Amino acid sequence: MTATAEPEIGKARLRKEDARLITGQTRWTDNLQLTGMLHMAVLRSPVAHARITNIDVSRATAMPGVAVVLTGEDFAAEQGSLPCAWPITEDMKSPPAPAMAVDQVNFAGEAVALVIADSAYHAADALEAIDVDYEDLPVVLDMEEALRDNDLVHPDLGTNKCATWIFDSAEAGVGTNVEDEIASAEVVIERTFRQQRLIPAFMEPRSVVVDTTAGMFTVWSATQIPHILRWMLSAVTGISEHKLRVIAPDVGGGFGGKLQVTPEELLCLLVARRMGRPVKWTESRTESMLSAHHGRDQIQKITLSARRDGTVTGLKVELLADMGAYLRLVTPGVPILGAFMFNSIYKFAAYRFVCTNVFTNKVPTDAYRGAGRPEATFAIERMMDELAVELGMEPMKIREMNWIKHEEFPFNTVAGLTYDSGNYEAATARAMELFGYDELREEQARRRSSGDVVQLGIGISTYTEMCGLAPSRVLGALRYAAGGWETASIRMLPTGKVEVITGTSPHGQGHETVWSQIVADKLGVPFEDVEVLHGDTATSHKGMDSYGSRSLAVGGTALVHAADKVLAKARTLAAHMMECDEADVEFASGSFSVRGTSTVRSLGDVVLAAHVAHDLPEGMEPGMDADATFDPDNFSFPHGTHLCATEVDTETGMVRISRYVAVDDVGTVMNPLIVDGQVHGGLAQGIAQALYEEATHDEMGTLTTATFADYLLPCAADLPAFLTDRTTTPATSNPLGAKGVGEAGTIASTPAVVNSVLDAVRHLGVRDIEMPMSPERVWTALQGRPDPGAGDVAAGGLGSIDAQGGQS
Amino acid sequence: MHISVNVDGVTYADEVEPRLLLVHYLRERLSKTGTVVGCDTGNCGACTVHLDGHSVKSCQMLAVQANGHEVTTIEGLARDGKLHPVQEAFRSNHALQCGFCTPGMIMQAIDLLADESDPDDETVRKGLEGNLCRCTGYQNIVRAVQDAAQRMKPGAGPKQEQHSDEHVSSKQPVGGE
Repeated sequence: MTATAEPEIGKARLRKEDARLITGQTRWTDNLQLTGMLHMAVLRSPVAHARITNIDVSRATAMPGVAVVLTGEDFAAEQGSLPCAWPITEDMKSPPAPAMAVDQVNFAGEAVALVIADSAYHAADALEAIDVDYEDLPVVLDMEEALRDNDLVHPDLGTNKCATWIFDSAEAGVGTNVEDEIASAEVVIERTFRQQRLIPAFMEPRSVVVDTTAGMFTVWSATQIPHILRWMLSAVTGISEHKLRVIAPDVGGGFGGKLQVTPEELLCLLVARRMGRPVKWTESRTESMLSAHHGRDQIQKITLSARRDGTVTGLKVELLADMGAYLRLVTPGVPILGAFMFNSIYKFAAYRFVCTNVFTNKVPTDAYRGAGRPEATFAIERMMDELAVELGMEPMKIREMNWIKHEEFPFNTVAGLTYDSGNYEAATARAMELFGYDELREEQARRRSSGDVVQLGIGISTYTEMCGLAPSRVLGALRYAAGGWETASIRMLPTGKVEVITGTSPHGQGHETVWSQIVADKLGVPFEDVEVLHGDTATSHKGMDSYGSRSLAVGGTALVHAADKVLAKARTLAAHMMECDEADVEFASGSFSVRGTSTVRSLGDVVLAAHVAHDLPEGMEPGMDADATFDPDNFSFPHGTHLCATEVDTETGMVRISRYVAVDDVGTVMNPLIVDGQVHGGLAQGIAQALYEEATHDEMGTLTTATFADYLLPCAADLPAFLTDRTTTPATSNPLGAKGVGEAGTIASTPAVVNSVLDAVRHLGVRDIEMPMSPERVWTALQGRPDPGAGDVAAGGLGSIDAQGGQS
Repeated sequence: MHISVNVDGVTYADEVEPRLLLVHYLRERLSKTGTVVGCDTGNCGACTVHLDGHSVKSCQMLAVQANGHEVTTIEGLARDGKLHPVQEAFRSNHALQCGFCTPGMIMQAIDLLADESDPDDETVRKGLEGNLCRCTGYQNIVRAVQDAAQRMKPGAGPKQEQHSDEHVSSKQPVGGE
C-alpha cells in the first residue's frame, strides 16, 4: 500500500471535486430536466406591509402554457408554518410563517402567487398578468422605532419585541457583577455600533426540483442542509419522512444563506403533490436578493470598564437584533451564537449580554458566514482600540496585557465556555513579523508629520471564535431543537475500494478530497480508492449537514471513529487468518502482519475474507463496514491575529488595503491548500462588510440593492493579495486536532479593516465611520460633518455612532 | 426564428423565439449545462462563453444574435481528453471552491490571456472585473491565470493547447443537425 508512505493528513492534495467543476460536467439543481416537468414562478409582493384585498388570476390563467395559477388561499389549509428550530426563550413571540402570504404581506419580496406553466418563460410571462390589490399598512423598518410599538408588524402579537435573551456572568457563577465593575472602574468606554444588513449572495441561485414519480417525493435543492430539510418538510407537510428523499447535488456556495427551509422548497413540494408532476423553480438573482434570508443587522451598545493601566474589568453588551418579518430556521438564535464571543480572548472579570430581538417589515435574517461571531468580534476589537485611544496606549500592547496566556489553557471564560487550547502570543508574533509592524508604524508617523494626502492606517484583530457546532447537550440547554452530532459510514467493498458516507453536506468546501485523505491516512488505502457520498438522504440517511465550521471537527471525527471500527474488526479477522494472537497483530501501511514474522495480510485481503465469509471467527458478522456518530463534548476555538494596512486618500475618501496579513491557528490542518482557500474567501467577505456591502431599503421598505449592480460584491480588482500563515495548536476536543476554518477569515477581518481606516484618520478628528466605509462616508467624516446615514433609518444602516448618538 | 449556431464544434439548426437568451438556448435546448446563470444584470459573468473566440456574457445576448457564429463553452475546451491549460491551472492552484463561477471565470481568463501573454497581478484583476466569485477571494484565481500564462508560453505544450482563441476561430464547423 502506497498511501501511508507519506501521511495523507496535512498533504496539499489537489481536489477531487475540481475535475467536474472545471469542465462543466456538474449537476446543479437547475440542470435537471425531468419528463413532464412543470415550471414554477413566484409573484412577490412589491410592498413591505399590506393587506391583500383581492387577487385576480383570470388573465394569467388564460395565458399560453399556463397550467394553473395558485394563491395563498389555495395553500392556506395545507402549507402550515415554516419552521423555526430555535425558540430562544420560553416566552419568545413567534408569528405564523406561511410559505405564501394568504391575506397579509409582511415584507417586500414575500410570495403572493404562483404560476405553474410548461416553461420558465411562460410562467414568467403570466406573473405579469396577475392583478393584486394591496391595502397599505404602516411599514416598520427601524429597530428602535419598532420597539416603541407604535406600529406593529404582526398586530396579533401585540408587540414588535420577539424575545430578550440574557447571559450574566454573576448569575451564572462564572464572573463578577458587571454593574459593580462599571461603577468602580477608572475608565468606562461606551460605544454604539451598527452591524449593517448583509446578503449572503452565494453564486448559485437557489433552485428546487420535486419529482413525484417512483412512489415517493424526491426533492433536489440547492441547500446546505438536506437532512434537516427532509425532517422539516415532513413535519410541515405531513408527508411521511420515509416517503421523502432530499438530494443536495452540486451546490454553488451557501455561506449560511442555504441553511434554510425555504418557502419555495415547501411550495414546490406542495405544487408537485397537487399536480402529480415534476416541478422546478429556479430563482433570478433579484428574487434571491429580495427573498432569501439576509444576515447581520444589529445595533450593538457596548460598555467596557477598565483600569488606567489598561486592564479590562467588565463588559456589558446590549444588542438589538433585526429578525425581519418572520423567524426562519435559526433566525432568533444567530445573535445568541455571538453571546459567548464578545469577551473573546480577553480576561474580563464580569460580563453581561442582553439581546432583544425585534420584528420589522424586512426579509428575515438568519445565518450568514460567522452568524453572531463576526458581530461579537467586531464589537470587542473596536472597543479594544477605543480603550487604547482613550488611554494613549499602543493597541497591540493593550490586547497583549489582557489576553489569555498560552500557559493558562484550558481556560474557563467569563461567558461560561472552556477554551481548550491556543497560543495568541505565537500567532501575533508571526503576524507582526510578516506584516512589518514596526516599519509600517514608522511610515505612518512620516505621513502624519508631512501631512500626506494619503494617510496610512494599521488595524488589528486578535480574534477567537467557536466552531464545531455543537455539543448536543449545549444546544439543548440553549433550547435549540436538534442535536449537534455528526455521522459517518465506511463501506469496505470486496475489491478493496472504499465508499465513505458522510452526514455533512459540502457546497464548495472540498469534503470529497479531505474525507478521502482522512480515510486513506487511517486505513492505508490509496487516496484515489476512496469515494465520498453525501447530500442524498437515500445514501446518507443521517446527518446534521454543514454550517458553523462543523464538518471536519465533528463529521471528520465521526469518520475517524468509523475507520477505527473497521480496523478493529479487521485486526480480529487478520489474527484469525494468520492464526495468531490478536495482540501480536501489527498494522502499518495498509497491511496486517504478525509481530516478528514475515506473515502479512493486506487490508484488502482481510476485507475480501470478511465479504466472502467462508471462514470467520465464531460469531463475527460478514462484511467490514462500520458506522460511527460523534457528539463533541466541547466547541473548538480557532484564533489568530490579522493585521491590515490601509491607505486612505483624504481628498477623495477612497480606501485601499495596502497590506493584509492573516495568521490563523485553526488547529491541525488536513489540507493546507484548502485551508488557505477558506481563509482567502473568508477574508473577502469580511473585508466586503467593512468596505463595500450593505442591503438598504427605501422608506417604503423596498430593497434598493436587489441586483449585483447595486449590492457591491467585491470583484478581483477590489481586493488585495493576502499574506497568510498559520500557527498550530491542536484542538484537544477531537482526535484530529482540527478546529475549523470556514468562518475564521470573515470573523477576523472586518474589525481589522475598520480599525485600520480609523487609525489612518483619527488624528484628523474622525472618531467613527459606519460600515461599509465607502469613499463618500470616509470623505464626509473627514469634513467633520455628521454622517449622512446617521439618523436616516431608510439608509439601512446607521453605522457606528458613539454613545452620544453622533460623530465628531 | 431559424438559427444555425456552431457550439463546441457541432452545428445546430433550430427554431427559437426571438427573445430566447443565448444562455437559455445553450442550457435548455442544447443541454450545455456547464454554462450557468448567476445573475440577471450581466454583473457576475458566470455565463461567459466565447463567440467567435471572444468572451461574451451569454445572458446578455439573444440566441438569434449567435446565428451564423461559433460558440465555445466550458464543455468545448478540452481536446482529446486533455484539459485546456487554464483548466489545468485552475485545478493546480485551487482557484475554485463551489465552482459555480468557474466556467465563466475560465472562459474570461482565456480571453484575457489572448491579449496579455504575461499579465501582472493588477492586469489579471482588472481583466476579471466582470466575473464575480464569492468563495475564493480571487487570490488563487489570479495565481491560476498567471500560472496558465506560463503553461501557454511557446514551447510550454502542444500547439493546439497554447492559444484557445486562435484555435477556436480557425476551427471548421463539424457535425450538425
